[in-house]
Amino acid sequence: MNGAANNSPDSARLVTPAMLLVWALLATLPLWISRLGLYPYIGIEILIWAIYALSFNLVLGTAGLPSFGHGAYFGIGAYAFGLCQFNIAPNLWVCLAAALLAAALAGAFVSLFISHRRGIYFAFMTIAFGQIFWTISIKAHSITGGEDGLLKIARLPADFGVVAFDLKNNVSFYYFVLAAFAVVVMLLWRLIHSPYGKVLSAIRQSETRASHLGYRVWLYKASIFTLSAGLSGFAGGLFAMAQLAAFPDVMSLHHSGYVVMMTLVGGGLVSFWGPFIGVIVFLVARDVIGAFTNAWMLWFGLLFMAIVLFKPEGIAGAWRSFVQERGGKVWKSVAGERLRLLFRSG
Amino acid sequence: MALLTAKGIHVRFGDRVVLEEVDFDVREGEFHGIMGPNGAGKTTFFNVLTGRVKPNRGSIELAGENVTGFPSHKIARKGVSRSFQIMTLFDEFSARENVLAALPEFRDSGFNPAKAVTAEKKWQDAALDVLAEVNLAEKADVKAKELSYGERRALEIAVATAQRPRILCLDEPTSGLGSDGVRRLSDLVQRLKGKLTIVAIEHDMSFLFSLADRISVIHWGQVIARGTPSELRENEWVRRSNLGKFA
Repeated sequence: MNGAANNSPDSARLVTPAMLLVWALLATLPLWISRLGLYPYIGIEILIWAIYALSFNLVLGTAGLPSFGHGAYFGIGAYAFGLCQFNIAPNLWVCLAAALLAAALAGAFVSLFISHRRGIYFAFMTIAFGQIFWTISIKAHSITGGEDGLLKIARLPADFGVVAFDLKNNVSFYYFVLAAFAVVVMLLWRLIHSPYGKVLSAIRQSETRASHLGYRVWLYKASIFTLSAGLSGFAGGLFAMAQLAAFPDVMSLHHSGYVVMMTLVGGGLVSFWGPFIGVIVFLVARDVIGAFTNAWMLWFGLLFMAIVLFKPEGIAGAWRSFVQERGGKVWKSVAGERLRLLFRSG
Repeated sequence: MALLTAKGIHVRFGDRVVLEEVDFDVREGEFHGIMGPNGAGKTTFFNVLTGRVKPNRGSIELAGENVTGFPSHKIARKGVSRSFQIMTLFDEFSARENVLAALPEFRDSGFNPAKAVTAEKKWQDAALDVLAEVNLAEKADVKAKELSYGERRALEIAVATAQRPRILCLDEPTSGLGSDGVRRLSDLVQRLKGKLTIVAIEHDMSFLFSLADRISVIHWGQVIARGTPSELRENEWVRRSNLGKFA
């Protein structure tokens, strides 16, 4: 399942074969992405949005909490990265930590109000808080630059003490983001297969039962919301580096909707990798369909509706069903086994 | 000595009084049944005992400690577990995972993000032991939603007992079961009796009268009678309320 813990041998591993396959594929991406007619920068976008979507799916897929204002934390991370760079310390690690912490603090604050809510009330509260943060980002002109955004954010070098890497080049920055993505994937995989992840999954299925088993449900909800917000902020900090700016647009409701669409289209409700798949489909669709028409979102919206109506488990779920229906023939093949490893836990 | 004592419990929803001055006690090791017609307030009383509903008045003591108004998670940690009339399982989890989530040692690791659940053999084994108690060991890896109705009822009890409770509260455990299912459940509860203190709401009078040490009859939000099964058969109020006719 989603994040969902399962009982496969992979669930006890820190690094799974599926991860190695994905990382290897991504590590070679700069070598072949242009041949597909796509520009290399999309690789950076995919990885950053993947970190964001995987973090978001902790809340939506693992804990079953419908958060529709998550763009706020992504944006707060972006602004925190820029503001830290301008006003505190122009150091990559400090600024990324500031992005994570600022978003986590905002998430913790919001979670105090929403963690006792569920369902539609929870969803509306997240939208309301998202809109509040978005409005603040536009109105606090002296801090955020208002609608113009926070400009001239630099890609600070990755200084490891003995060696430092310049990230101004898109390729070097891509590999830096890939390393961050790899770490986040490992951490999230471990987390969702831990007792903590199991309890969140239990809460998704029945808050009442979880509470009567002795779990302080609101604290789990608050903690996962805070963690998810913090990691979204981390992705936002990377996004500020990628864009060399932070804009209020990413905090808006429709941008918050993007991550929901990515997660659901990819199959975040049933697969760990669902959000990642959704990000790829979304961004590639944006560029490919966008090359033919400005109304690309209309077509993606139709795809989203079709998936919700006919295959709510998303692309990953559809793939899993397809493989299972094909039966033993596929399972026994090497390719089938690889793909099973990629999608089962999935 | 009473393990659980409720005194003067009064609950109202809006202007509707659901429980009025209910006194109740359960002795250590006792099977205490609760019976009464639909809408009498039995489940509300259960919800009060297990922290789901706060009483407007009255007090609850568990082993001498005042636990009135404690939330359900706190009550559960004090050793009160329950099953639900409308089954409340983690349907996407296997039977083993349902039980595992109820184990106190698992619960105490609930905030641990580093351990791998499947790597903790002692948890897996403990869960399997509990399932074996309710004859579900062979179905350990079957998802809860794929179990038969009777198996789900047994799993509900397994989940409740996995918490190693001091008091096990069963809310209409035979609800929806056929005669075979009731017989199997009766055997199971018989095995648990003596090891655990049990409070059970039940409509199946033959089930209740054959297992309970004492029975409280709730009607119109009040306890109208209490006693051993044989005492209740002779009770005038129970006869009048037509509740004892199946016993």
